[in-house]
Amino acid sequence: MSLNGKTTIPEILKKYQAELLTDWLKEQAAAGIRRDNFIKETELRQQCSEFLSLLTNATQSGNLSDIFAPEWSQVREMLTSISNSRTRQGFTPRDIALFVFSFKRPLFDHLRKEFAHNGEVLADEIWSATDLLDKLGLLTTEIYQKNREELIARQQEEMLELSTPVVKLWEGILALPLIGTLDSARTQIVMESLLQMIVETSSQVVIIDITGVPTVDTLVAQHLLKTVAAARLMGTDCIISGIRPQIAQTIVHLGVDLSDVTTKAKLGDAFLVALSRSGFKISRSEGEF
Amino acid sequence: MERIPILQMGEFLLVTIQVDMHDRLAMALQDDLTNRISKTSARGVLIDISSLEIVDSFIGRILGTIATMSQILDAQTVVVGMQPAVAITLVELGLSLPKIRTALNVEKGMELLRASVGRRSKESGNGRAKR
Amino acid sequence: MAVQKDEVMSVTSSADIVLVRQIVRKWSVELGFSLIDQTKIVTAASELARNMVDYGGGGKLRLEALSEGIRRGLRLTFEDTGPGIPDIDLALKDGYTTGNGLGLGLSGSKRLMNEFEIYSRVGEGTRIAITKWR
Repeated sequence: MSLNGKTTIPEILKKYQAELLTDWLKEQAAAGIRRDNFIKETELRQQCSEFLSLLTNATQSGNLSDIFAPEWSQVREMLTSISNSRTRQGFTPRDIALFVFSFKRPLFDHLRKEFAHNGEVLADEIWSATDLLDKLGLLTTEIYQKNREELIARQQEEMLELSTPVVKLWEGILALPLIGTLDSARTQIVMESLLQMIVETSSQVVIIDITGVPTVDTLVAQHLLKTVAAARLMGTDCIISGIRPQIAQTIVHLGVDLSDVTTKAKLGDAFLVALSRSGFKISRSEGEF
Repeated sequence: MERIPILQMGEFLLVTIQVDMHDRLAMALQDDLTNRISKTSARGVLIDISSLEIVDSFIGRILGTIATMSQILDAQTVVVGMQPAVAITLVELGLSLPKIRTALNVEKGMELLRASVGRRSKESGNGRAKR
Repeated sequence: MAVQKDEVMSVTSSADIVLVRQIVRKWSVELGFSLIDQTKIVTAASELARNMVDYGGGGKLRLEALSEGIRRGLRLTFEDTGPGIPDIDLALKDGYTTGNGLGLGLSGSKRLMNEFEIYSRVGEGTRIAITKWR
């Protein structure tokens, strides 16, 4: 720390604010942060100047080590909003963190000028500065990470809801068009909602269409067979449709026994079987065209 | 000892299981049903398990035995009303009861019994149906 | 992992199996398990309780409500002082039985739960702990 044992960083920030801002903007341009057309020069200058003044205010308390203290709340809020908006604009976490890290060189330069005569104090001050800026930079990365995790969780939820549509095709006939990869968690949800719909609609035939399932491995096949077995225990027949040639080959190669299950190549064929099992007949009306 | 009541409806027997069955009660049901089928010459047995909250391997085995025994005595067994949670659990347990015929509810089960008894009567040269 | 609550009951006759199902159901509902998970837990408990009565000469069931971070769980430990299981791997095979059951008790209850631990010594007894997380 300085001669009286107190850090001079708050003073330096206050005294050289204008120069620091100019140097910092230059540094950001040099660091090659992707700006494209997302952030205009004036907007960036305004952001940096605001951040700098918040940073200066926060440091006046003398606390340079605990950025989660109340006096740092405005700085944290600003970094959060910058991280959020930049994440949405498609910035990488590196670019977002560089916003803070690029301030190191301007600040260090000023410290060096100030303490050129006193190496020990300079080392101390640089340590305090780097420690502070590292913490602020890491905060932006944490915010970025949190944003991503929230996004993934939200999308997963939406996917699960989207991916289990049980459709009533006809009185007593349900269809379950499966799309995408089947894992255990998803199969469980699919199975539950299907069986629940069977009870609600008293359906006697269910068509499981796997046209949209890219690959069938042993696990997927087992999940399918379990669904069929559970439906049968409740008194409902299952027909599996949409089996593509490669999938038929895989099923045989894997040694999965589908002989107890009615299978059809096309959803339409399965529907015809379902109708006839339910006692319906389809005929073309004659002489009308 | 407590027993599960067996109702007769024409040529069919109807059992509704409404209590959490302990093992001896399940065994007693198996005995009672076999005796009743043979005494009444019933053509079909309908077991409603819609109130059962669990079916473990023991009860599953009893249901299977009832189906096989009634088959020998020339009666069809249909188990109706299994809850989705029970069905999923039984399959995970490894018990898919392939020999047991099932239906969604009592009404559908009755239709199934009538259809299969009618078909078999025709096959056997109108033997018992015309009696 | 912390144990929030526990309870021990003795299981000696086939009538106790029904009591096991009832108490396990009650605990699963209290812990907020879905209907399907409740059914799986109760079924697994019913299988292991019957095994204990039929082959272990009866024993004890300990129920424990667990919490670990944001997860909550139910652990059931079945312990008897019966003859023990000489070959655990064989006993865990589907369809293997020494009695007249279907041989699905051990392997089936393992599939229904998230965790399954078995410890057995011939002549001393068997301890099986099963856990379900939510």
